[in-house]
Amino acid sequence: MENISFNEEGSLMKLEYDVLKEDFSRAGEASSKIKKVLMQLGIDSKVIRRIAIATYEAEINVAIHSNGGKVFVLVKDAKIEVLIEDVGPGIENVDLAMTEGYSTATQEARNLGFGAGMGLPNMKRCSDEFFIDSKLGAYTKVKLVMNL
Amino acid sequence: MGNYWHSVILDKDYCNGCTYCLDRCPTQAIRIIDGKAKIINERCIDCGECLKVCPYKAKGAQVDGLEMLEKYKFNIALPSISLYGQFPRNYDINKLFNCFYKLGFDFVYDVAYASDLLVSRQLKKIRTGGLTKPLISTFCPAVVRLIQLKYPSLIDHIIPLETPMEVAARVVRQEVMEKTGFDYEEIGVFYITECPAKITSIKKPVGIEKSYIDGALSIEALYAKLMRAYDELESDRHIETVQKASGNGIGWGKVGGQSIAMGIENYMAVDGVEEVMKVLDKLESGRITDVDFIEAYSCVTGCVGGPLNVENPFIAKTRIRQLSSQYPQEVDVSQYEDLPDAFFEWNKEIEPVQVMKLDADIKVALQKMTKIEEIIQQLPGIDCGACGAPTCRALAEDIVMNRASIERCVVRGKINKK
Repeated sequence: MENISFNEEGSLMKLEYDVLKEDFSRAGEASSKIKKVLMQLGIDSKVIRRIAIATYEAEINVAIHSNGGKVFVLVKDAKIEVLIEDVGPGIENVDLAMTEGYSTATQEARNLGFGAGMGLPNMKRCSDEFFIDSKLGAYTKVKLVMNL
Repeated sequence: MGNYWHSVILDKDYCNGCTYCLDRCPTQAIRIIDGKAKIINERCIDCGECLKVCPYKAKGAQVDGLEMLEKYKFNIALPSISLYGQFPRNYDINKLFNCFYKLGFDFVYDVAYASDLLVSRQLKKIRTGGLTKPLISTFCPAVVRLIQLKYPSLIDHIIPLETPMEVAARVVRQEVMEKTGFDYEEIGVFYITECPAKITSIKKPVGIEKSYIDGALSIEALYAKLMRAYDELESDRHIETVQKASGNGIGWGKVGGQSIAMGIENYMAVDGVEEVMKVLDKLESGRITDVDFIEAYSCVTGCVGGPLNVENPFIAKTRIRQLSSQYPQEVDVSQYEDLPDAFFEWNKEIEPVQVMKLDADIKVALQKMTKIEEIIQQLPGIDCGACGAPTCRALAEDIVMNRASIERCVVRGKINKK
């Protein structure tokens, strides 16, 4: 288990969004807003797409599995860092959670088309560096780094 | 013609400075300045939403008039597929097509037949590998421009194929040149359009260097003339058979028509620019994975809902559906089978249009972004539009980009922020 630190040093801009528990109607909003800001900054569209996919997955994950959390984006000189942290049950077996197709999502979430067990693997695939830290019964933190 | 020519224009005399169009514009391309709507040219995708919503009919499209026909020795009319749905069912479509002769045209060609020619080419693109799926249709030029502007990461998904009007122009021009002996320049090809974005595709095309079409006349402007000509058709007049499309070809006039014509299952058909943006957002976020093809239309109901049409979009769509099942589903296209793929394809890269960018230098862009956030804190956040910008955020952006001052906000200090 890695200890994730979010170093704001050298950060040129910080974005912060709330994600509410089981709020599927608003899941994806943070991803959309992040996309818009990054476009205005002139970030390469391929990088924006990867961030859009990863943050969307993150929002859904937080909404489905936790009691709520936050998505932070740090724009740095040569990279963009995304930190997702939630309060909730944590992940019992991180290796298992990183397996494609594995999911602990509720039937309700699955009925909405979520919970295919692709969330974390997809986020990892979209990033250049991927860190995860979770404490059972307490929290999950994920950090993604995308190089510019 | 500047770099950002587009067809939607504003008639200042009719504009009353209200905020309907401001609110509706999908690319935030409109500002109200000194009581009149102004279009930011480089942001306009010619979707025509402002035309549809304007209560004062102050918005229009730059179209050509019939006098353009005088410039050429031989004039060809290409009525848009949606013309099929513009007149009551008791109108005979061939008689209607023949009315274009009365308006001064020398030849009329059925654009829906060009759809028939495109079906197999499109299917081939979808079935052969190498392209990024789902492929997005180019039929709606407003959607293509929307992607260039707001979804550049999806450019790879655009299927690099021509639209029926352009294919029709290529085919008919060649055939008329062979038949009549006229040179390219002596022949005028005119699209009879339902759509401002298609006019822009003729004057400033994406994906090709130059359109084979010389001008565009609107259905709206010709509607009464066509009706009159229809009534005045001599009873003994020989009616030439112009209609040669299949029911499937005609079906392209409405949303879903392309996919039905191709007989594919894994498709998505979406209409209305707001809904199109939601779908493109989902696609960009990786949420659309089990679909091969997306046909997306800025107009509700598809092209038949185009702003330069006359009939109500749903009435017209119903007619297209009925006609589409009335005609045979297949027609003979063997004559065109040998045409090379290149004949139907785009040969120019589709470039992103980076007009949303705050600055070329990311450091400066970041400073501007910080400033925008600061200004937003001083604004009421009710997006009333009284300042002339569509949202408080848009005003903040305009202020930072030196396009407006904060004094534009007339409700600042009068409404407490929540």
